[in-house]
Amino acid sequence: MSNKVTKRTFDAVIVGAGGAGLRAALQLSEAGLKTAVLSKVFPTRSHTVAAQGGVAASLGNTTEDNWHWHMYDTVKGSDWLGDQDSIEFMVRKANEVVVELEHYGMPFDRTDNGKIYQRPFGGHSQNYGKSPVMRSCAAADRTGHAMLHALYQRNVRAHTQFFVEWMALDLLRDASGNVLGVTALELETGEVSIFHAKATIFATGGSGRIYYSSTNAFINTGDGVGMAARAGIPLEDMEFWQFHPTGVAGAGVLITEGVRGEGGILRNGGGERFMERYAPNLKDLASRDVVSRSMVTEINEGRGCGPDKDHVMLDITHLSPEVIMKRLPGIREISIRFAGVDPIKAPIPVVPTCHYQMGGIPTNYKGQVVVPKFGNADTPVPGFYAAGECACASVHGANRLGTNSLLDLLVFGKAAGESVVDDFRAGNLELKPLPEDVADRTLARLDRLETQRDGSSVNDVRLAMQRTMQKHAGVFRFKDLLKEGVEKILKVAGDARYTQIGDKSKVWNTARQEALELDNLIEVAKATMVSAEARKESRGAHVRDDAVDTPEHPNGRDDTNWLKHTLWFSADNHLEYKPVRLKPMSSDVEPIALAKRTY
Amino acid sequence: MSKRTVQFKIYRYDPDKDAAPYMQDISVELEPSDKKLLDALVRLKAKDDSIAFRRSCREGVCGSDAMNINNKNGLACLTDIDSLKQPIVLRPLPGLPVIRDLIVDMTQFFKQYHSIKPYLINDDPPPERERLQSPEEREELNGLYECILCACCSTACPSFWWNPDKFVGPSGLLNAYRFIADTRDQATSERLDNLDDPYRLFRCHTIMSCVDVCPKSLNPTRAIGKIKDLMVRRAV
Repeated sequence: MSNKVTKRTFDAVIVGAGGAGLRAALQLSEAGLKTAVLSKVFPTRSHTVAAQGGVAASLGNTTEDNWHWHMYDTVKGSDWLGDQDSIEFMVRKANEVVVELEHYGMPFDRTDNGKIYQRPFGGHSQNYGKSPVMRSCAAADRTGHAMLHALYQRNVRAHTQFFVEWMALDLLRDASGNVLGVTALELETGEVSIFHAKATIFATGGSGRIYYSSTNAFINTGDGVGMAARAGIPLEDMEFWQFHPTGVAGAGVLITEGVRGEGGILRNGGGERFMERYAPNLKDLASRDVVSRSMVTEINEGRGCGPDKDHVMLDITHLSPEVIMKRLPGIREISIRFAGVDPIKAPIPVVPTCHYQMGGIPTNYKGQVVVPKFGNADTPVPGFYAAGECACASVHGANRLGTNSLLDLLVFGKAAGESVVDDFRAGNLELKPLPEDVADRTLARLDRLETQRDGSSVNDVRLAMQRTMQKHAGVFRFKDLLKEGVEKILKVAGDARYTQIGDKSKVWNTARQEALELDNLIEVAKATMVSAEARKESRGAHVRDDAVDTPEHPNGRDDTNWLKHTLWFSADNHLEYKPVRLKPMSSDVEPIALAKRTY
Repeated sequence: MSKRTVQFKIYRYDPDKDAAPYMQDISVELEPSDKKLLDALVRLKAKDDSIAFRRSCREGVCGSDAMNINNKNGLACLTDIDSLKQPIVLRPLPGLPVIRDLIVDMTQFFKQYHSIKPYLINDDPPPERERLQSPEEREELNGLYECILCACCSTACPSFWWNPDKFVGPSGLLNAYRFIADTRDQATSERLDNLDDPYRLFRCHTIMSCVDVCPKSLNPTRAIGKIKDLMVRRAV
């Protein structure tokens, strides 16, 4: 490995070219900032492409809607762990960012009067939980694909400068904690560069590959989250992972909630529509955590389907073939290819599958990364911004509503971009000098991989991590398993420090890339297990056997002791907590008062 | 599906150490749950970490793992292993420079995509709300907007092999028509001008290899035909 490190200088560097990165990039390119967008894959290969069902906005194109209802649903969905200022900001920006996308050329489906087509989605309601609402703006069941391509296309028009197939390796900071950019590896040549910038935006997506069974792409290795953690930034609320109710049994591939939005029904081994028992009001369109737990309960109590009774069925055979072909063509394709069934004729076997990381790099609603400092829990880190799944604004709290992720990446990608432009124009951003040793951490990691002997295989360590996470931090969590899980994951993390690769080539070394990605995954896995073990209540997606439903603690939720955000620090594996921002952004908006969550 | 061993013949080339490309015979034992070619490649990589290929979503929507499989372009993640004749012969997509093993340099492919101005052009001031489009007008985009830029089609096209710098190729032309067909786009005439060239459009000789290989079942030949029709119509 050559020690020669090229330096490149920019006003801003964006890491990641999925929805959030591309939306942020547009803001910077159109403002004329010299911007580098780094992506380890060609932008349209980013995982936003796999989103299916839609993006939330209270356009009210078919049913009456307004942002107050959307705000209520999101706070309730978050089990009150979401920050209400960020949530208000997001839902009030929704119409604007969705309409902008339409103007960029996104091929939304249309209503008969030519407006953007909207469908119902889980947890989204009219009148504060009274009845389902059509809020999810959709392009068939390929909304993420249509969105990512439209955003990339708009960036082509804006002449955004991409560094395609470059993997960022480490976040650079000086002794005062200022963020100075990143080091990055060009996959084709194996060369390392420093991207020195006045502002750095992380938009690196999620880390769902810490689990064995996940809807996430191979590339979802938590690169930004891991880089931030190694550089001393705490990670927020990492115990909260969304298990999507409908991954294809065995394959893990996502089947959108939009299927239930279009009228799909979940059935157990007896053919019963079991969600009527768990969520009498919204039924199959209850919040994702609620549906996933109901499914696992059915399976655990012997009412699953198939020879091993290990899944349930998603049934749309009662829908007309025309509706399926028009609104859910991609789902039909996936079912045929990955489940071997045509959903027009037979139900699709599904199980809850790891899908989304609610936690991440702590930010405020402007997309600035914030850490506890100077007695303030939310002090911005100079020069550092984050948006999308890698960030925690926190709008999803303990459980995200479907279609709020695409909204999150649009709103906060744009907000982070706007913050950088504002800070740049106000003269608040400067190119701070690079310390002599700024790339040492990166070079040490690469050198170790070059020279490691008698180490462990990347594949074995990754598999051990994924099995541990799956068993010890799943849909339901158990006190003893969590405790054991912490010990196990720390041991796996120990092994990860000694990974060894056979391939030593400079050119497109995917073995090296996977080893470097594992360094990021392992930070996420540790953060998740340690944070989960410590949170002694049930809330949203984090439900433990020793925190059950009582009159004092509805659904096992303990607001007296646990209405607070977790912050995990990598250096010494310790936890701190910070308050939830219960006050909305605007003084004339009423906070959504704490209540028991039922659907 | 049971445990089984699958035989491969894989194109290998690492410019860092190989003087020339070669075909490697290699086999791997699969688990019962391994169904797609990509599952087998991942298993193979656990055995020999030097085999290089791109992959991401593993569900046929990101377009990363396009390769030449038993002499036909396709996506590894959508190809059933048990449907393939063994030894399974894997080569990089034809017609593009090989960087390493199954990874090709896609610069030329994306250059052609960018050359068709792949973005909506509408210079009217944007309205406060969405631009209206009827469901029928929107339907015109079906079969076009779903392209995943995997390059299976363009690298299966002899015209693209011969003139990758001059012929836009099936994928680029399909995307060009995607904007021409969009009622919100105002640049049809400019787009046709951009393609009115003996090479850029007219190197398509409708041999339809593109249609044959498209993993999303799209039909670039039909889109190209529609562009040609528009050219003829505006000429008369």
